[in-house]
Amino acid sequence: MCVKNKDANNIICRCEDITREQILKCIADGYRTLDEIKRVTRAGMGPCQGRTCRSLIATELSRAYGVPMEDVLMSTFQPPVKPISLGALADAYME
Amino acid sequence: MKKSYDIVIIGGGIIGCSVAFELAKRGRKDVLVIEQEYLTSGATGRCGAGIRQQWGSLLNATLAKDSTDIFENIEEYTGYDGDCGLNQGGYLLVAYTEKEWDQFQKNLEVQHSIGIESYAVDLDGVRDIVPHINTEGMYGATFCAKDGHANPFHCTYAYAKGAGKMGVDIETYTKVTGFTTENGRIKTVHTSKGDVEAKVVLNCTGGHAAIMAAQVGDELPIFPERHQILITEPVAHIMSPMVMSFERHFYVQQTPHGSVIMGIGDPAETTSLNINPTWQFLEFCSHLVTQTLPAFRDLRVVRQWAGMYDMSPDRNPIINEAKTAEGFITIAGMSGHGFMVAPRIATLLANYLTGMQDSLDIKLFSAERYEKGELLLEPSVV
Repeated sequence: MCVKNKDANNIICRCEDITREQILKCIADGYRTLDEIKRVTRAGMGPCQGRTCRSLIATELSRAYGVPMEDVLMSTFQPPVKPISLGALADAYME
Repeated sequence: MKKSYDIVIIGGGIIGCSVAFELAKRGRKDVLVIEQEYLTSGATGRCGAGIRQQWGSLLNATLAKDSTDIFENIEEYTGYDGDCGLNQGGYLLVAYTEKEWDQFQKNLEVQHSIGIESYAVDLDGVRDIVPHINTEGMYGATFCAKDGHANPFHCTYAYAKGAGKMGVDIETYTKVTGFTTENGRIKTVHTSKGDVEAKVVLNCTGGHAAIMAAQVGDELPIFPERHQILITEPVAHIMSPMVMSFERHFYVQQTPHGSVIMGIGDPAETTSLNINPTWQFLEFCSHLVTQTLPAFRDLRVVRQWAGMYDMSPDRNPIINEAKTAEGFITIAGMSGHGFMVAPRIATLLANYLTGMQDSLDIKLFSAERYEKGELLLEPSVV
């Protein structure tokens, strides 16, 4: 895949500083799903857990593979919904 | 995917991919790897990624040491252009009981007999290694600086891409639906993309291995068991080693990236294919770990997940050829330490399949050991 697009250096994942170019390179390397790209680049593993980048990466996958957005496999949304401190969790523990 | 292969490997995790690579390296390149989702989508991609040589049995210590030797150069070894992220920050195994402390001294003797550079430290020594640790209730610890962890995704892709370059086919998003045997031999693997003939089938499906093997009539004592992990936001580096307690069933490590990853072995967990994470785990794990590492109380958890251990009765690997289907070999039962021993398990199996000599006897791992009572006992596992 050709990466000449002027938007190549746009940040797709702000938490982990992953650029659009890096995402396009993953797709060119044959990675086919959000989960694979997440694991290889860390996109979506930061504090926001992919709230911004998932849909942007899904858009790139949808374009690259010529499939509708709704057919792009979403990676699992794991808990917790918002970051919680270990101390708060530890204090909530009851034997 | 062709219609026929010399060897079909089921499972695109670290075991399946490393075995494919070692086979191809030995000239057996007519190999297909079948993976139901993407590479590392099962246990490998969910594992704690630790690599430790501080084992209590000579066999495990040997498997781990030989594997570490490979992990240390895995990019060059496989010809991978990425970074497999090996970080040797050491493992600090803390003892909370006198019995555990005594066991650790025996373990050190075993480790030293094959040149593993581990040693015991007193409580001052523990605090030298992790200054913010709470040593209350601790007897001491053992430490090995060459233990650590590596990135399981990149390690698996390194093996897979290396195998691919030598001619191995890898078919992802393909489900195995059944097998046909003929005259007591494996003949055909049925998949969601059609049938594949195979002379040898390697069942590397982790927690699913018993279900797979049962389809050719091989009843194996391999039980899937959920294990959970959580990870925090990244912070400045304050801890190099993996800190681990067998008595309290936890392990915790700060990754080079800065996030802190931790997990527990819950003795109450029963066998199932369930890998949904639980709220109870978050609280219990936080409670356990912050007692030993109170400095982590302010760290925020950003994600939790679960994966499957493939447990065997003696918590050691099973490498077993089905009596009911010659050529069908299961490699599973890794019991939570499959990643760290995979490189050596792969060379052992590839040596066996290509008729090469090996310093380890593969028959030790046969499931017959349970009938004969020759268990591979390991005193130190989480």
